[in-house]
Amino acid sequence: MKEKGLFLDGVKITLGGRTLIELSRHVRPGGVLTVMGPSGSGKSSLLAYLAGFLDPVFTASGRALVDGIEITRLPPEERHAGILFQDPLLFPHMSVAGNLIFALPESLKGRSERRAQAEAALEGVGLDGMGTRDPATLSGGQKARVALARVLLSEPRMLLLDEPFSKLDMDLRQQMRMLVFDKAHERGLPVLLVTHDEADAEAAGGETVRIGE
Amino acid sequence: MLMLTRLGPALVILLLTGPIAFGLAGTVLPAFGFLPVLGGMELTLRHFRDLFSEPAIFTSASLSLTMGLATAFISLLTVMLFIAGYAGTRAIGRVQHLVSPLLSLPHAAAAFGLAFLIAPSGMLARLISPELTGWQRPPDLLIVNDPMGLAMMAGLIVKEIPFLLLMTLAALPQAPLPQTRMLAASLGYGRMAGFLLGLWPVIYRQIRLPVFAVIAFASSVVDVGIILGPTRPAPLAVRLVEWMDDPDLSMRNLASAGALLQLGVTGLALALWLGLERLGAALCTRMAMHGWRFRRDALIRAAALAAMVLAAAIVLAGLCSLLLWSFAGLWQFPDALPSSFTLRTWMRTLPSILEPLRMTLLAGLLSTLIASLLAILCLMNEDETRRRPGRGALTLLYLPLLIPQVAFVFGLQLFLVYAGMLATLPALVLAHLVFVMPYAYLSLKDPWYAFDRRYDQIAAGLGKGRARRFFSIRLPVMLRAVLTTAAVGFAVSVGLYLPTVLVGAGRLTTVTSEAVALASGGNARVIGAYAFWQMFLPAAGFAVATFMPTLIFRRFRGMQV
Amino acid sequence: MLKHFLAAALLCTASLPAHAEDFTAADWNKVLEEARGQTVYFNAWGGAQNINAYIGWAAGELRDRYGVTLKQVKLDDTAHAVATVLAEKTAGRDEGGSVDLIWINGENFAAMKERGLLLSPGWAQDLPNWRYVDHENKPTITTDFTIPVEGLASPWGMAQLAFFYDGARMDAAKLPRTADELLAWAEANPGRFSYPQPPDFTGTSFLKQVLLEKVTDRSVLDRPVEDDVFAEVTKPLFDYLDTLHKVAWRSGRAFPQNYPAMKQLLADGELDIIFAFNPSEASSAIANGELPDTVRSFTFPGGTLANTHFVAIPYNANAKAGALVTANFLLSPQAQARKQDPAFWGDPTVLSMEKLDPAARAGFEAIDLGIATLKPEELGPALGEPHPSWMERIEEEWNRRYTAEN
Repeated sequence: MKEKGLFLDGVKITLGGRTLIELSRHVRPGGVLTVMGPSGSGKSSLLAYLAGFLDPVFTASGRALVDGIEITRLPPEERHAGILFQDPLLFPHMSVAGNLIFALPESLKGRSERRAQAEAALEGVGLDGMGTRDPATLSGGQKARVALARVLLSEPRMLLLDEPFSKLDMDLRQQMRMLVFDKAHERGLPVLLVTHDEADAEAAGGETVRIGE
Repeated sequence: MLMLTRLGPALVILLLTGPIAFGLAGTVLPAFGFLPVLGGMELTLRHFRDLFSEPAIFTSASLSLTMGLATAFISLLTVMLFIAGYAGTRAIGRVQHLVSPLLSLPHAAAAFGLAFLIAPSGMLARLISPELTGWQRPPDLLIVNDPMGLAMMAGLIVKEIPFLLLMTLAALPQAPLPQTRMLAASLGYGRMAGFLLGLWPVIYRQIRLPVFAVIAFASSVVDVGIILGPTRPAPLAVRLVEWMDDPDLSMRNLASAGALLQLGVTGLALALWLGLERLGAALCTRMAMHGWRFRRDALIRAAALAAMVLAAAIVLAGLCSLLLWSFAGLWQFPDALPSSFTLRTWMRTLPSILEPLRMTLLAGLLSTLIASLLAILCLMNEDETRRRPGRGALTLLYLPLLIPQVAFVFGLQLFLVYAGMLATLPALVLAHLVFVMPYAYLSLKDPWYAFDRRYDQIAAGLGKGRARRFFSIRLPVMLRAVLTTAAVGFAVSVGLYLPTVLVGAGRLTTVTSEAVALASGGNARVIGAYAFWQMFLPAAGFAVATFMPTLIFRRFRGMQV
Repeated sequence: MLKHFLAAALLCTASLPAHAEDFTAADWNKVLEEARGQTVYFNAWGGAQNINAYIGWAAGELRDRYGVTLKQVKLDDTAHAVATVLAEKTAGRDEGGSVDLIWINGENFAAMKERGLLLSPGWAQDLPNWRYVDHENKPTITTDFTIPVEGLASPWGMAQLAFFYDGARMDAAKLPRTADELLAWAEANPGRFSYPQPPDFTGTSFLKQVLLEKVTDRSVLDRPVEDDVFAEVTKPLFDYLDTLHKVAWRSGRAFPQNYPAMKQLLADGELDIIFAFNPSEASSAIANGELPDTVRSFTFPGGTLANTHFVAIPYNANAKAGALVTANFLLSPQAQARKQDPAFWGDPTVLSMEKLDPAARAGFEAIDLGIATLKPEELGPALGEPHPSWMERIEEEWNRRYTAEN
């Protein structure tokens, strides 16, 4: 378990005595684990558990490690779990660049350096020069790409995806899938994907776990 | 930070229950003769005997009782019929815009406005005289201060209607409006009947505590009673404050005994209301059983709309005539306008208004700041523990609004005298906080819950700690809601009369306590100038809350309303 | 006597003259020194804007001249201040009290004197400006409501009941000349007369005026009230009121709260005859645009109630020196002249014109008392106040009878 990647070690989430999820898996860097299940099956609770926001009504046992570090013992902000939800959730009171700069680690100093990194990240998702824009003026696809760029800038140790493509149009959806999985692969990030869309699972290409069926 | 949020609820409970518990104790003990300050150590029922032998004490008590019930009943009825007739239409929004500013207006200012409107020499009489009435001089009619308390009731109703309307509108989204409406319509029910039978019970459950607060307030209000209420005898609470002020300190025992009677009167009013609730429920059931459809409700709908608009119009017209008075030179009856305009009143009152103005701002801003901080801490703690406050906690929060102010502010004053804290700024801020806190929490609660917590989770995923998340994300995104909360709190503080008078002890005065003190002089010009500040300050607060976020985030469309 | 005060009450200044049997300027300088920087809470009825403005003016002068900060605590009833001091005394707060100076007379003065709530021994005669006070010709300066003042309060102004009417609406020849004529007038003009609801002092003054006119033997009112005679002595008064209320404004179902309220009602044309405890009130109201300039004054030839109002210092006042300086300033010819000017207040002075130097006297003579003010010689005889206990009983009885309608 000192290996790279995400280890789910006997993770078990119960709600009022009912077991929702019981799982042990290893997701290697760049790999994807897809969790599928109908709504209410508790698949999102797994995500919340890993990110550190599990509602206290759930009971969780087991542990999760990323690159040998037991993240489940850390406060949420130290887990470096990059999250993408089905909504892009760009901070509405910051410009596009502001959103990106906010995501940069605090260790990176210097205004111009931070700004340059943000610009580069925008280029990386094909949105060059959009830094000064108000996020509310972007199209759905642009927002999704900014959200991706934002999460990547924060130097995450893993990606947690909560049906991130479900609100996009068909053709955009395919593009975004490619983009996200390529970037994750490129960076060697283990990915946990929660979805009820078979096509997502297919595109992800990794192992699929079905729960609640 | 974690420690702080845990502290939040504890502090709030302490701040709310502490003054109330001590205050009630400080009222109950003297009522039974225990008042060591005055050397009273024996337990006796003498003061209650004295109380009940006071002339016309039961008239006063029953005035207070009817005031509470009738005010709540008429205000609620108006709001209910209006909502039933217009929910889901654009009229709601328009009336809401008309009525919302009235919410922040201190009761006393609204009462002044009404008084100067309806008095025999008031604006209305001037407008129609002598052409329509033939009055060259004001008629000798007892309108303001009428023995039945009708003027006082009207003054309360025009203020409670906005309050109940906004409370109802806040509860409205929780009721499945379009579905029920379609269902009821398909069954052939009239628009209003369908609403009342199908949705009102759900909504009413949400606004029950505010309705109780209206009953408690109207049955024990002092300032509106002084301005508009009967004088022979005055409503109970007004008389209690007079006794409390009597140079004969043994009257304090009497006042305390009276405060317990007030507690009983308000309690009785609430109990009777519970009975009325049952009656109303039974009536609804019967109507539903009979299957009456009430399809022709156009008249009632129009009447409800008219009543809403009238309530707002009365207050606004009253305020306008007050403002006119403040600039008036000689203005004799029946002239509709002053014969000359002058700045004299403003020049003369300005020096003496500066100090109350300063104290209003100081007490208002401090209590608002503390209350807003505590409300945020409490809500953060709720996020932490993922537990929403239960019925008990909400009732606790409403406690200062449900217990008659006289019943515990009397006792609180006594404790402050003991502690040598009377008429100090901290004591005044504390007293205001007791009343500002509930409103601050209640107004922040819904926007707080509405905040998409995934923003917070994303920020945490980006590696940002709690403090950073709060100050960089949550606070700016919620700036409008937080400022509105502060504006609500500030408006409440500006309007507080009794706590200011008793705790400020005449040395710390606010524009409201000064304005009510001037009420007895009947000087319309000076009252007009003070009432202006009373309406201006809360309005300024709301203006800041509206325009500041707009200005700060003018570049961001997602941050505009 | 100032030395007693200084020794007993003035904080920690130990270096006082040992043999200051006579008042010396040095003592007063000590007081001035002590007063500098103090804040004086002046508890004064705050129902009249012109008076508040006058006090505001005095505050400015005191700050500039003596470094004393004067803050008016506006009362709607002076009894509040009495209650505060009494509460403090009962709570054992014998120092650092919250009231420094009270505007007072009558029952409140009597109550405070009787309960030992006033700074004593008497200090008023030791104030530098006492030398101008007309105590020889104005007996109410030394005897307030039959109670000897004994220097426990410093005179501030004179008051006498005077009536006002609007000459544009009423014929000056038909004005009532006695309380009985007033009642007859009210019966002929229903709804046009009223009086402030007791315990407002203007209202109780009216009750005393009627009592003084209707009582058979006035001397009984100089003594404390006795239970067995009260009903008999006051019966004519209450019979009078019973009749009056039937024809009064609002049929006696409501009363104006105080004099300013009556003034407003006169301006609005609701009342035709009002009265104040200050003969120049009408002129100052005209000057302020609150009453039309057709308003005039009249009085009863048989005399009207008169008294003096004072300022007093509670025994536990926090800023005693500052309060003394304030009391002295309020007695100064300049302050008194401004007070007598209807443009500011219009309250008659307690000073003797003979005792003033010519320049100061000229200041008084230059005052335009206003068209509506009766000259001192036109005011008629001054009727002395009854013993305060009478008023307390009459207020009680008034409440018992009239608190509730019917």
